[in-house]
Amino acid sequence: MSREQSTIDKRVEQKYQHGFVTDIESDTLAPGLSEDVIRFISNHKGEPEWLLDWRLNAYRHWLGMRQPEWAHLKIDAIDFQKISYFSEPKADKDRPQSLDEVDPKLLETYDKLGVPLHERARLAGVAVDAVFDSVSVGTTFKKELSKAGVIFCSFSEAVRDYPELVRKYLGSIVPPRDNFFAALNSAVFSDGSFVFIPRGVRCPMELSTYFRINAAETGQFERTLIIAEENSQVSYLEGCTAPMRDENQLHAAVVELIALEDANIKYSTVQNWYPGDEHGVGGIYNFVTKRGDCRGARSRISWTQVETGSAITWKYPSCVLRGDDSVGEFYSVALTNNYQQADTGTKMIHIGRNTRSKIISKGISAGQGQNAYRGLVRITPRADNSRNYTQCDSMLIGKRCGAHTFPYIEVRNPTAKVEHEATTSRIGEDQLFYCLQRGISEEDAVSMIVDGFCKQVFRELPMEFAVEAKALLEVSLEGAVG
Amino acid sequence: MLTIKNLHASVDGMEILKGLDLEVNAGEIHAIMGPNGAGKSTLGNVLAGREGYEVTAGEIIFRGKNLLDLEPEQRACEGVFLAFQYPVEIPGVNNTYFLRTALNAQRKYRGEPELDSAGFLRMVREKLEILHIGDGLLHRAVNEGFSGGEKKRNEIFQMAVLEPALAILDETDSGLDIDALKTVADGVNRLRDETRAMLVITHYQRLLDYIIPDKVHVLAQGRLVVTGGADLALKLEEQGYAWLEDGGIEALETDGANEGPNS
Repeated sequence: MSREQSTIDKRVEQKYQHGFVTDIESDTLAPGLSEDVIRFISNHKGEPEWLLDWRLNAYRHWLGMRQPEWAHLKIDAIDFQKISYFSEPKADKDRPQSLDEVDPKLLETYDKLGVPLHERARLAGVAVDAVFDSVSVGTTFKKELSKAGVIFCSFSEAVRDYPELVRKYLGSIVPPRDNFFAALNSAVFSDGSFVFIPRGVRCPMELSTYFRINAAETGQFERTLIIAEENSQVSYLEGCTAPMRDENQLHAAVVELIALEDANIKYSTVQNWYPGDEHGVGGIYNFVTKRGDCRGARSRISWTQVETGSAITWKYPSCVLRGDDSVGEFYSVALTNNYQQADTGTKMIHIGRNTRSKIISKGISAGQGQNAYRGLVRITPRADNSRNYTQCDSMLIGKRCGAHTFPYIEVRNPTAKVEHEATTSRIGEDQLFYCLQRGISEEDAVSMIVDGFCKQVFRELPMEFAVEAKALLEVSLEGAVG
Repeated sequence: MLTIKNLHASVDGMEILKGLDLEVNAGEIHAIMGPNGAGKSTLGNVLAGREGYEVTAGEIIFRGKNLLDLEPEQRACEGVFLAFQYPVEIPGVNNTYFLRTALNAQRKYRGEPELDSAGFLRMVREKLEILHIGDGLLHRAVNEGFSGGEKKRNEIFQMAVLEPALAILDETDSGLDIDALKTVADGVNRLRDETRAMLVITHYQRLLDYIIPDKVHVLAQGRLVVTGGADLALKLEEQGYAWLEDGGIEALETDGANEGPNS
């Protein structure tokens, strides 16, 4: 075994750091999926009739759908009857009115994760919504935000307090029948975050949601809906962790973004779900549908994702560029180590005139990880003078991993300009030796080379999260390199 | 400073160095010349500890330590610097950051305090001034998109910052036009002092017009076959290397080389 290989193995053995379980009493629905389960969830949340119907329609449609098989993934069959579709920390019948009433153990959990929900959060200057299993447990900075007219709350609260907004936009960009997992989510989604930025408002702080799966044998099905009215701006970040468990757990979320005229939404993800152990046992199945609608002219939606966790990631944050002169961007770092698999990318659908999109994808494969980029660029006949630039780079660390690229380009307008660049490199022995020869240790050299490889994406992240992402990447790669 | 005895090394099972001896003292510049494929670059890579270069016999003592016992990064920290024939690009990694990481790794190894960015930057600017190199390369990624000349200048700049005890310049002149060659040679000359030794590996005599070596060795068939003074390089320039094939060594030796082989 070469020296590189042995250091790779050493780093691969690095343990997942968020794998603890919080010992907290939960009400968890018995495993199984049926109309009754959906009625229970909807009833439990006191939802209006139209939403129950919406869920049931999605469910009935889902029953006739098949799990997609086109991705470059090996997925063990999922028994949807073995999953519990609802779990919430046991609390008094009335939800806590403020964070002071939230179970201290929950607060402790978020402290451990580095997401302090309590007073201290004020120092960080980031408004946080925390979703624990199926429910939102607390949103910080609510008052400050409402002064600016910004609504940032759990999805359940939004259904209760702003039903007309929810009804108007829910499913308007990811319809319930969009795909297998989106349909499932539409049927059983339990909570999530809701953001509304009114016309002309620049959201005064970063918004952030932290998702955590705690209970065993549960799925997490959250929904995020962000609406940015005319000429408004918001930057939103989500983070995710889960305990270490031997079974695979399903996370099937839907995120919908709507940007009206001149609005600007920046959506960043640092995904660190439990990836499974070094033999590929356990880990989260992360099957997520994310789509943004640049509905108004000159609107802009930018996705940035750093995907280091999950046993399997299936996810294509996309932009529908409907408004003239609208802009869609996708910046992605996806890392697979051990037996992790990722099939991720984006779709840029150009409908409006002079629309522009940019795709920067960085895939890193280590261990026996398999990493696929799958991207669609579609220029429709109306989309005069549209432009796309795609850059898709893969880095292989070690000799047992794989990188794959599946670009789909459909151009139906002769004035369009579409560029695609792709590279694959093995973490160069040359690069490594160059660093070593200058006195830099192997581990530092690899971190440096990988960090440099991801730079274009990291610089799109909000400052404090860029640091987190970099650290996360180092941890995920620890031992992976030589 | 550096003693190499009976060095045998192979690459992919093929023996390239076949009993090489060399003694380099502090303050000296030695030129290693020879035809293509003679093993010149192999010597540099073996000294730096590159993977894939297997030493099958012999020893290398560097400042009292057995170099072959050390990992490449340890050798660097002990003061061995290799200026690469083909400097490697590391996209996205800032040149200044790279160099500071390297310098601090070396300082840490030697038990010296690490430099903060302000202190480092001050030092770096001094070096740039001495070398007459603009500060443009500080802001760019390591060698990314550099021209051939810029890459070589960057190597010399790194050498100036890291202040190695032994610098090995592997075909630093290859691919340089005359102006770039002068800049590089000028940089090397400024770093020349009595504590530092240099091994200049080159195919052509041209570089040695600007970097005057104390000794010139000819490496052929895996050994140093001739050693002489600076004028030996000129002879090689006139006569090429073909004479090595037909017993010309003696002719060359008697023809004015002022020192014998391996003296």
